[in-house]
Amino acid sequence: MNIDSIRRGIVLDHIQAGRSMEIYRALGLEELPCSVAIIRNVKSNAMGKKDIIKIDDDIDIDLDVLGYIDPGITVNIIVDGVITEKKHLALPRRLVNMGRCRNPRCITTQEANLDQVFVLADPARKIYRCLYCDAEQRGTDAP
Amino acid sequence: MRHLIDISDLSVAEIDRLLDLGEDMLRRPEDYRRSQQGRILATLFFEPSTRTRLSFESAMLSMGGSVLGFPSPDSSSTAKGESLQDTIRTVSCYCDIIAMRHPKEGAPIAAAMKSEVPIINAGDGGHNHPTQTLTDLMTIRLEKGGFEGLTLGLCGDLKFGRTVHSLVTAMSRYPGVRFVLIAPPELRLPGYLTAFLREKGIPYEEVEHMEDVLPRLDILYMTRVQRERFFNEADYVRLKDTYVLTPDKLALAGEGLRVMHPLPRVNEISPKVDDDPRAVYFKQVRNGRYVRMALITRMLAENGGEEAGHEH
Repeated sequence: MNIDSIRRGIVLDHIQAGRSMEIYRALGLEELPCSVAIIRNVKSNAMGKKDIIKIDDDIDIDLDVLGYIDPGITVNIIVDGVITEKKHLALPRRLVNMGRCRNPRCITTQEANLDQVFVLADPARKIYRCLYCDAEQRGTDAP
Repeated sequence: MRHLIDISDLSVAEIDRLLDLGEDMLRRPEDYRRSQQGRILATLFFEPSTRTRLSFESAMLSMGGSVLGFPSPDSSSTAKGESLQDTIRTVSCYCDIIAMRHPKEGAPIAAAMKSEVPIINAGDGGHNHPTQTLTDLMTIRLEKGGFEGLTLGLCGDLKFGRTVHSLVTAMSRYPGVRFVLIAPPELRLPGYLTAFLREKGIPYEEVEHMEDVLPRLDILYMTRVQRERFFNEADYVRLKDTYVLTPDKLALAGEGLRVMHPLPRVNEISPKVDDDPRAVYFKQVRNGRYVRMALITRMLAENGGEEAGHEH
């Protein structure tokens, strides 16, 4: 399979080797009716090995989710069989409803309808803080 | 809509102007006696705190305004299961400004998202307490003539003490300030705040005994070791008497020292210290009334105006 085989769709390139399934799940790709290809451990000059995901439809990708999981990913938009746009990601400044605040004293543990909002506090260390209580977010449930 | 959630919502210049107004109100209270006639302050206390609530109500009444509200959640519709945001939407139809205390951290931000009137955070769990910080700043400025170059000793519960966290944030903006953090290992200042001090290049030291550092301090800020912040009663009992200021200890300090405390105290300051001219914690209480008068005045005047504040 190569890019030419997609007429209209999206190619996620430069995924760190081994993380493609995490991205597949985080973006909800298993629910798509179109064909989706996951290519693992592709040889890469820059990365040694990388993963690639090809999506054979022009869907809306949540770039914040993707940027949070791996800001090094390149998003290629394919129209009529050619790459029309390359998007480079960055860590999103805000994450909404990705994980829950782990501070048991946070208002989000009590007020049911609040969005869980996390603000990027330290890009170099990839640290987010809860918008409400400022608690640093760590661990598997955290963003 | 403008709110006061965190002391850092106010710039240094805005704090200076608030303290100027507060000091003027302290000197000439009669000039402000009717300045808020016809305005209503709501005090919503989802966690009881008589002192803070009375200070806000006294401030508003001193300016001819009116107050309404509830002193604890069991006397509000929270007891019926109403959400915080619904309560705020409702109450903001009845008043011009809200002062709220809540046991959960970040509650005033959730409230500000739905409020039609300015919100003043009167304490949210162990998180922030900006009006106590304004009170502390007014006291320090009145007692020491300014902030630059002061050495502040913070003593007791530095981990859960929200007044300490806000004061560290506020004082770190003035040049030449140093902190001496006096606490047992269990109750040290949270890592994010010491990291903040390191990033800003502000000198601080962590010690366990106040006797060693008292002669070097300009301000000794005592705090209560609060029972409600502990998950474990045995830990509370073991630690509550660790840091008690007595006349003997105070004898080690210089004449320029000022002893502050956000009150209420339990036994961390001996009552025998109260008559020492260096003990200013009851002046602090008085200052709290005037600085809250200044804050309410500014927030009502500037609602929707040009000055900084927490935006949502």
